[in-house]
Amino acid sequence: MPKYLLLKHYRGGPEPHHPIPPMDQWAPEDVEAHIAFQRHVVDLLRENGEYVDAQALTPTRTWVRYGGPDAAPVTTDGPLPETSDLIAGWFMIDVESHERALEIAAYVSSEPGPGGEPVYEWIDVREVMTGAPPEA
Amino acid sequence: MAGASPYGPDADGLRGLERDLIPRVLARLVRRGEDFDAAEDALQEALLEALRVWPEHPPRDPAAWLATVATRRLVDARRSEAARRRREEEAPVEPPAAEPVAAVGDDTLFLLFCCCHPDLAPASQVALTLRAVGGLTTREIADAFYVPEATMAQRISRAKRALRGRPLDRPGDLAVVLRVLYLVYTAGHTGPPDRVDLAGEAIRLARQLTLATDEPEARGLLALMLLNHARLPARLDGEGRIVTLDRQDRRLWDTRQIEEGVRVLQSALALQRHGRYQIEAAIAALHDDAKRAEETDWPQILAWYDDLVALSDDPVRQDPAAVLGRAVAVGHVHGAAAGLRETDRLRDVLGDRHRWHAARGLLHELGGDLPAAATAYAEAARRATNVAERDHLVREAARARAGRARV
Repeated sequence: MPKYLLLKHYRGGPEPHHPIPPMDQWAPEDVEAHIAFQRHVVDLLRENGEYVDAQALTPTRTWVRYGGPDAAPVTTDGPLPETSDLIAGWFMIDVESHERALEIAAYVSSEPGPGGEPVYEWIDVREVMTGAPPEA
Repeated sequence: MAGASPYGPDADGLRGLERDLIPRVLARLVRRGEDFDAAEDALQEALLEALRVWPEHPPRDPAAWLATVATRRLVDARRSEAARRRREEEAPVEPPAAEPVAAVGDDTLFLLFCCCHPDLAPASQVALTLRAVGGLTTREIADAFYVPEATMAQRISRAKRALRGRPLDRPGDLAVVLRVLYLVYTAGHTGPPDRVDLAGEAIRLARQLTLATDEPEARGLLALMLLNHARLPARLDGEGRIVTLDRQDRRLWDTRQIEEGVRVLQSALALQRHGRYQIEAAIAALHDDAKRAEETDWPQILAWYDDLVALSDDPVRQDPAAVLGRAVAVGHVHGAAAGLRETDRLRDVLGDRHRWHAARGLLHELGGDLPAAATAYAEAARRATNVAERDHLVREAARARAGRARV
């Protein structure tokens, strides 16, 4: 069974379906429904036997590279820190097929937003290569 | 306690007994001069042997039995080592004479000092303490800290190796032990509820520690843990959402734990050597004492925070969390504006942390400024490093933005 990473982004990706204001500007009920949906997705994947992992990332990013011999690592917050792609988190799933991965990603994207309307968020679907060293 | 025992799938029956025996026997071996890691390996083998033998031949003194078998293993190991190195036939392989068994409390303290050796990194101190003193399995510890089992096994064996050859006969640093136990406790509170009960484990170890030392800070730490742990059943609702202290259903608090915590705290305070754990426990006790949030004795809490802050020469840099807690108390006693002024002093140190913004959000709400509160909560949510806390702060922000008062 192939594994897929379904990446959610704070920024970046194709043109949004429609603009979404920051969550603190949503109605409290809509925030509630949105958070409940995220939990529901994990529950559903677990029940299906398709769940591998889900993680959220903080929005703080530091780019770093080797500084050279005897030099400290070099860091930056990157080119165009306000607009470049920024991953928010992921679901990792273990599924029958690419089609199933897309189906789940589309479901994730249907998460409720302001007014209970779907967010239509773009989800970045990436297949995980097999043959990686086992985790544990 | 979920998960299989490290000693095999049938070991659950031994589990309760074994968890108390491990530190006693291990301490006895290490005290006698055995290497920490060799002694632990030998003890594991002795426990395996116990699984086979005890069901039919229960020993009269299990600790002595385990110590004897473990010692035999250590001798065997040294013998084969000696053979491997092709040393003299007469290599000194006899174990030193057994010492009289020390009191249980002494063993625990001794072993805690070993595991919390100042040369080890905090993560290693925590892992080794849970393994060697707490008797948790490597898998349980790995699960509790969300790392693969192999990673945790490696961390533990590196820690044990780091202790090799170090003299483990001098008294250690009790302050480090207390810090490690508190780390274990707080990890239990931020971790998912369905895993190993680290908070309960920390309380168990702290309780053992108070039997071994009269140091009031050890009792202060135990009291602090009990008084906070008592509120655990009310901290999350059925959906896993964080419920803040002022909104908790106080009927869910564990009154038995509160009573024990207060008793332990009083016995510590009576010794007249106040330290940070005793003071934080006193603050927790005052929160626990209020029947309703509105009845909280904030002036008294502020007085304790004054004491807490006075423990540091430069509290803003050395103990910003205490200064932040005090600022909230100031807000309750002297008004939101005064509290916010107190937080200003922390901007350089804590301005990047979610806690600072969350406390300011609360103070803005106290002052009736919901838009400012919403902005502060949103800033806090952006900086949160825990999903439950992030979700909580987003909810608070949306509620305040919608102009709804705190309920």
